[in-house]
Amino acid sequence: MTIAEKILARAAGKEEVKPGEYLIAKIDLLMAHIAAARIVARFMGFPAKVRKVFDPEKVVVLEDHFVPAPTVFAANAQKMIREWAFKQNLKYFYDIKAGICHQILPEKGHVRPGMLIVGTDSHTTTYGAYNAAGTGIGDTDGTVAAALGELWFKVPETIRFVLDGKLPKYVMSKDIILKIAGDYKADVACYKSIEFVGKAAEDMSIASRATLSNFSMELGAKFAFTPPDNKIIDFLKGRTEKPVTSDDLVKPDEKAEIEKIYELDVSDLEPQVACPHTVDNVKPVSELKDVEIQQAFIGSCTNGRLEDLKIAAEILKGHKVHKKTRLLIIPASQEIYKAAIKEGIIETLIDSEAIICNPNCGPCFGAHMGMLAPKENCISASNRNFKGRMGSEDAGIYLASPAVVAASAITGVITDPRTL
Amino acid sequence: MDKVIKGKVWKFGDDIDTDLITPGKWLGSPELKDHVLETEDPDFPKQVQKGDVIVAGKNFGCGSSRETAPEALLQMGIVATFCESYARIYYRNSIGLGLPPLIVPGVSKEIEKGDEIEFSFETFKLKNLRTGKELQAERIPDFLLEILEGGGQEKILKKKLKQKLKELRAKKE
Repeated sequence: MTIAEKILARAAGKEEVKPGEYLIAKIDLLMAHIAAARIVARFMGFPAKVRKVFDPEKVVVLEDHFVPAPTVFAANAQKMIREWAFKQNLKYFYDIKAGICHQILPEKGHVRPGMLIVGTDSHTTTYGAYNAAGTGIGDTDGTVAAALGELWFKVPETIRFVLDGKLPKYVMSKDIILKIAGDYKADVACYKSIEFVGKAAEDMSIASRATLSNFSMELGAKFAFTPPDNKIIDFLKGRTEKPVTSDDLVKPDEKAEIEKIYELDVSDLEPQVACPHTVDNVKPVSELKDVEIQQAFIGSCTNGRLEDLKIAAEILKGHKVHKKTRLLIIPASQEIYKAAIKEGIIETLIDSEAIICNPNCGPCFGAHMGMLAPKENCISASNRNFKGRMGSEDAGIYLASPAVVAASAITGVITDPRTL
Repeated sequence: MDKVIKGKVWKFGDDIDTDLITPGKWLGSPELKDHVLETEDPDFPKQVQKGDVIVAGKNFGCGSSRETAPEALLQMGIVATFCESYARIYYRNSIGLGLPPLIVPGVSKEIEKGDEIEFSFETFKLKNLRTGKELQAERIPDFLLEILEGGGQEKILKKKLKQKLKELRAKKE
């Protein structure tokens, strides 16, 4: 069996499962963010005596979208969630001070190898970097999961991306996943489980892998696993209640059925940019030299981790953000923020005239801070460049790695960091 | 759920994302319904009528997990969608809400905006009443059809919870 099949079989109490099979599986964790407000509203319609979550230790709720609240509407939704979390005696509730869900869950030790996790956020696939089967659901499914602790699943086919070679300097895992999106298009992994394998995937840090697993959602993936190895155990050390050992890692069988294998040597890969308005409208950075940008953004669940801020600081050191451009930087969590302060990264970024905001989802989803005006362009290390995603429908969003975003912020036009 | 659907078509392209269906900046606003799919077809939010259907290309509903997308379509009177393929979260949400998401290979070539269609949940055949052309939709697995026929996940959950409540009461007595 593949990693996905093994985890689903275990969660459904079956010896074996096959792609295409429908089953009811017990979930190990439900993550709910702002969509929890809609779960709360649905709960209100249940008889009071059964208005309870299935397990207050297995429902993790956080506030990471538009925080602190920019409108009364948002404030109300957040209040509703907060009060519900306390009323339900949820063991783990992270208020607006924590950071982005997909960084908080692994950081706080809620994600373990082998778990089946559903979240009311599409990028729940990120947990595949920690060998957990994470997938996004809507709030009706979220309500069912919260009440019953189980959901229906279709066992997905598994496809593999073999990443060979060694990434050149200033070329990042984001460039790999953008290249895949451009070459194979946004539905290459529709309803499938991805396994990233090969030397380049093994060599990568957990943070770089999290970018792959996260962005795989944009390719339609249901799950997206990176190599199950000791790096996961090292990352989770001291974070989980019970230590994670190599026995916990879920590895695919040698004879696992793989529907399709895609190979990519990353050794000569050039930085990639997804142009408006789809994630698969990808061009190498060298073809985009004259595109002026007014806003640059590094952050989000895709690229707001310490190594992302570090590479940005390395590129920005001794430079200033271009006078016609503004650079927003949002660490994905307080832990990352603090580490970045300790390492002098934040000081370098501020010296370059970047704007640092509190850990939250930020401008990525176009509901508050960092909205774009018509005819503006933004180069963003986030995950979506849909029309109107960051504000005006007449704005252009270009997706790239934190290195390309930092370099572009200096010059005011889309720039290859290796040419500075 | 009606066994046969007859309706007027609204037509969209490939990769219609959930931000296009329900734009982030209108989420939570009572004006949301005036902006559903407006960047793709400004007529849609103004003229859509109860009983209409949507025809679109591949990867319909990609992007964010926001359930507002199928929910808004349902509230605007859409009774079914016929697409080449769907993004998975949208598909789940649509099933969960009781809005049948039909997969119909070739549909985007055979049906145009304004056409009238007829669809049967018995044969899963989709007919373009203007051209007479008939297409075969993929059968929705019984497992999911039960959710649609049960009126969606929330209704089914409520039934289960009522049952649970009965059991709790019986225990007490």
